[in-house]
Parts: sequence; structure tokens; C-alpha cells
Amino acid sequence: MSYPTTPISLDDIESLSVGAWILGTGGGGSPYLGLLNMRALYAEGRTVSLMDPFDLADDADVAVVSNMGAPLVGQERLTDSRTVARAVEIMARYQGRPFHAVMSLEIGGGNAIQPLMAAAHLGIPVVDADCMGRAFPEAQMTSFAIGDLQPWPLSMADCRGQEAIVARVTSWKWMERLSRKACVELGSVASTCKAPRTGAEVKRWGIHHTTTKAIRLGQAVREAQRRHADPIAAILEAEGGLRIFAGKVSDVARRTTEGFLRGTATIEGLDGERGSRMEIAFQNEWAVAWRDGVPAVTTPDLICVLNAVTGEAIGTETLRYGQRVAVIALPAPPVLMTPKGLDHVGPRAFGYDIEFRSVFAPVSE
Amino acid sequence: MRRIGIDVGGTNTDAVLIAGNRVVRSVKTATTADVNGGILAALTALSRFPEVTAQPVDAVMIGTTHFINAVIQGRSLNRVGALRIGLPAGASLPPFCDWPPALARLVLGEVAMVEGGHDYDGRPFMPLDRRAIAAAAGRFAERGLKAVAISSVFSPIDPSCETEAAAIVREAIPDAAITCSHELGRIGLLERENAALMNAALAELARDTIAAFERAIADSGLRAPLYITQNDGTVMLAAHAMRQPVLSFASGATNSMRGAAFLSGIADAMVVDVGGTTTDIGQLRHGFPREANGVVEIGGVRTLFRMPDLLSIGLGGGSHVEDGGATVGPLSVGHRLTTEALVFGGDRLTTSDVAVAAGLLKLGDPARVASLDPDLVARALARAHAMVEENVDRMKTDAAPLPLIAVGGGAFLIPETVAGVSRVVRVPHGDCANAVGAAIAQVSGEIDQVFQGLPRADAVAAATTLAQERAVAAGADAGTLQTIEVEDIPLAYLPGNALRVRVRVVGDIAAAG
Repeated sequence: MSYPTTPISLDDIESLSVGAWILGTGGGGSPYLGLLNMRALYAEGRTVSLMDPFDLADDADVAVVSNMGAPLVGQERLTDSRTVARAVEIMARYQGRPFHAVMSLEIGGGNAIQPLMAAAHLGIPVVDADCMGRAFPEAQMTSFAIGDLQPWPLSMADCRGQEAIVARVTSWKWMERLSRKACVELGSVASTCKAPRTGAEVKRWGIHHTTTKAIRLGQAVREAQRRHADPIAAILEAEGGLRIFAGKVSDVARRTTEGFLRGTATIEGLDGERGSRMEIAFQNEWAVAWRDGVPAVTTPDLICVLNAVTGEAIGTETLRYGQRVAVIALPAPPVLMTPKGLDHVGPRAFGYDIEFRSVFAPVSE
Repeated sequence: MRRIGIDVGGTNTDAVLIAGNRVVRSVKTATTADVNGGILAALTALSRFPEVTAQPVDAVMIGTTHFINAVIQGRSLNRVGALRIGLPAGASLPPFCDWPPALARLVLGEVAMVEGGHDYDGRPFMPLDRRAIAAAAGRFAERGLKAVAISSVFSPIDPSCETEAAAIVREAIPDAAITCSHELGRIGLLERENAALMNAALAELARDTIAAFERAIADSGLRAPLYITQNDGTVMLAAHAMRQPVLSFASGATNSMRGAAFLSGIADAMVVDVGGTTTDIGQLRHGFPREANGVVEIGGVRTLFRMPDLLSIGLGGGSHVEDGGATVGPLSVGHRLTTEALVFGGDRLTTSDVAVAAGLLKLGDPARVASLDPDLVARALARAHAMVEENVDRMKTDAAPLPLIAVGGGAFLIPETVAGVSRVVRVPHGDCANAVGAAIAQVSGEIDQVFQGLPRADAVAAATTLAQERAVAAGADAGTLQTIEVEDIPLAYLPGNALRVRVRVVGDIAAAG
């Protein structure tokens, strides 16, 4: 099969890394190391192209990739573009046929770049889609899991040559448990190729055009920075977002439970918000924001905490006391807001007994 | 304790003598092209006062921007052999991979990557490939490289791979200047490695500069040990600084904040240092500047240096005043103030002219600004005040009002009342705050490590002990150690309640034995 594709320029990838970090909603890990890998690959003359998910044949084989583990370990081991390509090759070998294309598990954070690295080595196109439309911490928090698609098999590779297959599980949560254990044993970082998808599945259950969306978002921010215009206004305009709060971080309480970074950030209002207070709870990513005790924004709406001046996204691991921030909300993909979607990624999936009410007008399909 | 503090700035070289808690004398001289001439001149000026020469001096502390300027300007750098331990990890991102090409061309001598390194919990990542290290050292020697930077995966957790590699390199190149990344940085291999590469690139300049500093001290007739001030407001012995010049990159700004704390006797405050062109705003916590947390770019290279968290704005005593007083700065006449400002007969309206007209400052010829429109004067001062107020608020991390210490030659631009500030404090010798800060610097020890399976209190206690050991090794008096910073961050996805703990302790310099 050969598909119509569009080449991605290195400048697009620079924009992608800016946009993906914003869509990471506080988690997902910085795309910086992935970006460095892509600069090196492009300098070698390799290139990557993008294809529309709706151009996939129904029986096309699509690899879904992500880097799994602790961002901190990634900062030491660094990201090697070949490891994710190997995870795809292991899966191709296991299922006995090569893939036609590769796509991202999550467009938020460093995983936005993973399929590009695999594609550069494997010579297959990247599908303009993912299955989160943002970043989420766990394996069952995807549109494919919401669609009850088959959760297995999964392949895993580390840079030393270790390889693992999770051959069969009975649920997405079991996939999360088994793959997390293996990942920890490898040093808490591993490249993974998730359960392969058919073209039909990607067309039905994928979250479409998120790569180009992240590129556009990054372009808007970079352009605003170049013109010394307000980058936050540019983000809101590009994504139809809403300004939620502006203030100064007055407290960050973090704790690790069950292998995740959880906690609450408190922001004291400034300017028009003076006298108000916003609290945002997180599990790796920002999950629920309360304004003066009342829920203001909840997952799956995207909550982004940005540097008030540069518009740069701030992660839950790097947010600190005293930073001046803007809190904005971006619309979530519709599939996440269906009743089944909310079972997987709504406030209750994160342990908050709150009804989801989007800050955006209901989306009519 | 009698100490001389010297600040070698871009325009002036300042020197002060401090006895106990008292500033005895301060002098300002012009910085010279050879740097050392300025130091000698400052010391000579200082020794004209009999109270300076009456008793011996215990220590001389120098703060300098010499090394950071060398990197920014890409001059006086030597080539470096880069040895990274950690293959097969990171192979696609070799040393220098994110350096600006122009700077990499000046510094890159040879790059080698070998197997070894550790995991986050201290398990070996791969067996150390000693044969490959010896081969790399041989190539460095063939190329005539005398400076080597060694980095290893998770070396802040376990430095043994780096230290063993250093010994192997030393055998091949006995006179090599070797920088190990764990001595300079925290977790984040690329940024820590960049610090090591930059440090190695400064090896020759550091050796020559510090030797010249020592000559200047000796020529002045002083017999006292020489210390160099670091970014974090503490000092290291000159012999140590010679090996780690990158740690003194930002010492000028730090010294002025520490000096402000000393001169005012206030340990927790905002400090605003108004120079000729820029104003630096920072926050003192326990008498030390609050550090920047994230990535710091120097000369386009990402690093994680311990740097004060400073906000620099384009406001100073030489700032242009335009639009009828509505615009102040960021342009400045800089060191041409004494020829271009109105009060000196020039034709450029500056903040200094406005301050003279308002009676806030005595400078030049006040008659030349007597006819300035009072509304313009009021608007320009209001604008300068608003800039200070707005940016002090940006840097403030506590809701409670804090005192503000005003230092620097342009401190007259700071209003008497500032929102969120309890009071504005002005101090004698405030114009030499940076040299005072150098004179009072202490010795520090720091640890940044991941602990697993320990209750939080035990992990912090273990980290504190390690930090204290490092401070004593660096020359601190064990009896004076104080913990000034504790930070713990639980690590996402790592099992066993992994906690990253950073502790910093400081102490007075131990008396020479």
C-alpha cells in the first residue's frame, strides 16, 4: 500500500515540540530530547512524512508507539531514536508482517515525537492522529480503550537490547499493570509499541489530526514570540481556548503514590483575579482546578499552566513556588466526553467525585 | 577576621576591607584590560589607609565575570576531549549535540562514548568498559588535548565510573586538566555534561587568570590565601576555582545581593541593584540569593548551573528618558553618562538628569536641568517607580510584605514606598555591595540525590549529612555549618516512594591550620 503523504519540515518539528509540550497539560515529559534526535536525523538527510488517517486502508497495519517511564530517567539515559524503531520491529516480527504506518499514543509531551523517530528509521509515514489528544498517565486512558479495542499485544525494548512482549491480558488495566512492572525492571524507561491497530480502527477510534494541530499551536506561539505579541492570546486563538485564571503560585504539595506524581498546586490571583484562589490537583498531568473551592475545570478538558510572560508550558514536576502563571483551558476531543469516555478519563477516573461539565459549549457531532 | 573583598566588574574594580562585621574602607578603581592591573590598583588604593595595613589580612576574596565573558565572547577557550560513559544509552545524542555550531567548532577536540554508568537507584547500568576508556585517552593524547571532560549516566547518584575513568585518562595524559561532571551538576546528563565541557574549555584561561590574581595579591605585599566567589554566594580556594571556573560564572550579581544582606543586617528581603544600564532584582532567603531552578543558557548552551534567580530589566542611572517622560530605558548612555547626560553638558535626557532636577541626586551641573518641565520629571520618575514596583512583585515569592534593600549607583530611582514591600532600606557602602559580598562569602556543600525506601525525614537527614561532609571537604568550619536549603520532590513512576532530595549547607571558612 502507498499513501498520499506530506513531508514534515524540521521547522514543523520545532513547532510540534512547542505545541506538544502545551498539550501535555503538565505531564508527558519535555519533547526537547526528541527534538534533538530529529535535528540529528534530518542533518543525516533522513526525513519524515505525515499522512491523513482517513487515507488508511481498512486493513492497514498501524503501529502505536510511546516512550514509557519516568521523565527523570530519560534525562540521564537520553532518548535514542533507534530504540523506539526497534520496539516497532519487534512487534512486526511478532505479528509476522510489517507496519504500513506509525502513530503516537499521546500527542501531549515527548511522545508526540516518538513516532517521527521510528518513522525516520523505518521509512514509513506518520499518521496524523493519536489516541489521547493530550497526555494521560495510564494505559486505559486512551480512545482505543474507550472503544474497547483489543489491549494486547505490547512490545517493549530498552537501549541495552532487552526485549519483552506482553502477549495477552484480559483488560487495559492489566496491560497497565504488567507493562509498568516490566518497565520499572528495565530502569523505569522503555520504548513501547502498543497493541497494533487496523486502518479501520484508527479511522473509527483514533483522535484525528492532532499532529498538525500541535504543529499549528507551536507555530502560533513561536510567531507570537517573534513578534513580541502575547503568546497566550495566540494559544487561545489557535485552539479556541479560554483564559481561566492568572496568578502566582503560592504552594505546591507533591507526593508519590502508586508510582505517580500526585499533588495540588495553589495559585493566588493577581490583576483581575486578585482575592481569588485556584487549586489544581494533578496526577502527572493537571486533572481538576477549583476556583475558591468550586470546580472550575475538570479532566478531560485540557488544563494548561503557562508562564505568564513567555507562554511556555510548565510541568507538574517543575512548577514552583512564586512562578507567575496563566491557567487556560483547551477543548478536549469529543470521544473523551462521551459517557464511556468519562468512565476512563473523567474526574471520577482520577478519584474526584465531581460531575464533568466542560467549560466549553457542548460539541454537537 | 579581616578580609578583603574585590569585585572585578566590566567598568569598575571595587575593593573593601572588612574587619569582623564592619566595613573598614572601600575603594573604586577602573577595571583594566589585563584585569590584574585593576586589582593591583585597587589594592594599592586600599593600602594607602593606615587602618588597612595596621594588621594582617586573613583572606582575599575575588568575584569576577572573566570566565562567563570568555564563553559568551568565544575567546581564550581551549579544545576539549569529551568522554561520555553510558553506552548504549544516548548514542544518538553525543556530547556537543546541542551546542551552537560556532562555539562547538572552537571547543570540540575529540568525542568518545563508552559503556558504563548507573541506574537511578545505583544499580550498574552497564559494566564499565575500561579498555575503551584507555583507547579514548590514547586518541586524546595523540591529538595533543590537555583538557578532558568526563560524564557518566547518573553520576550524581554514583560517581565511581567518572573517577575511575579520570584515573585512566591521567595515566595517558599526566598533565591533563580533567573535569568530572558529577562535581559540577545535577541530574540531567546533557546539561551536566555541557557544564563539564565548558569547564574543561576554560582550563587554561582559569589557570592563567587565577595565577595572575595570585601574582597581583603577592605584588601588593599581602600574604593571605586567595578565594574565588561562586555563583551561590560562597567561595572556593583559588586552587579549587582553578579547576572549576564555571562555578564562578554569576558571582557578581550574587555578591551584590549578599553584600546588601550584610550591610543591612537583613537576611530575608528583596534586593534591587540599580546600575547604569540595568537593574537586577532578586530575593534573599536566609541571607542567600534564591537560586534559579531550571535550565540556564550560557552562550547558547543549556546548563543547570546554580545561579541566582535574577530578573534584569532595562532601567539604570543612564537610561534614556523619552516621550515626555512616558518611556524610560531600555536604552542607556552606559559609561558615557559623564559626557552625554544633560547635567554633564551633553544632549541626552537620562534618568540621572531627572533625579537631579527632582533634587534626589547631586551630580554634574544642576543648572543645566533647572528648566526641565516638572510634569515630565514627575512622569519619568513615576515610570521608573512603576517599573521597579511591577518587577519586584514579579520576583517576590511570599505574600507577606518584605523589606527591600536598595543598592547600586542608581538606587535613587527606587521610591521610598513600594507595593508589597514593608520598607525601603538604603545602606552606607551600598555602591560597593558586590565587593562587600565577596568579602563575606562562606563555604558551601550541596547534595542532590534520589533516595528510595526511606521515610522522608530519614532521606532528608541522610542528604544533610552528605552535604555537610562536602562543605567540610571544601574548607568549611564544621562547627559553623547551617542548612539553608532543603527541597524534596517525589519522582513520578519510580517505585518505592522515590524522593529526590536537594540539601545545601554553608559554614564559615575554617581558620588556616
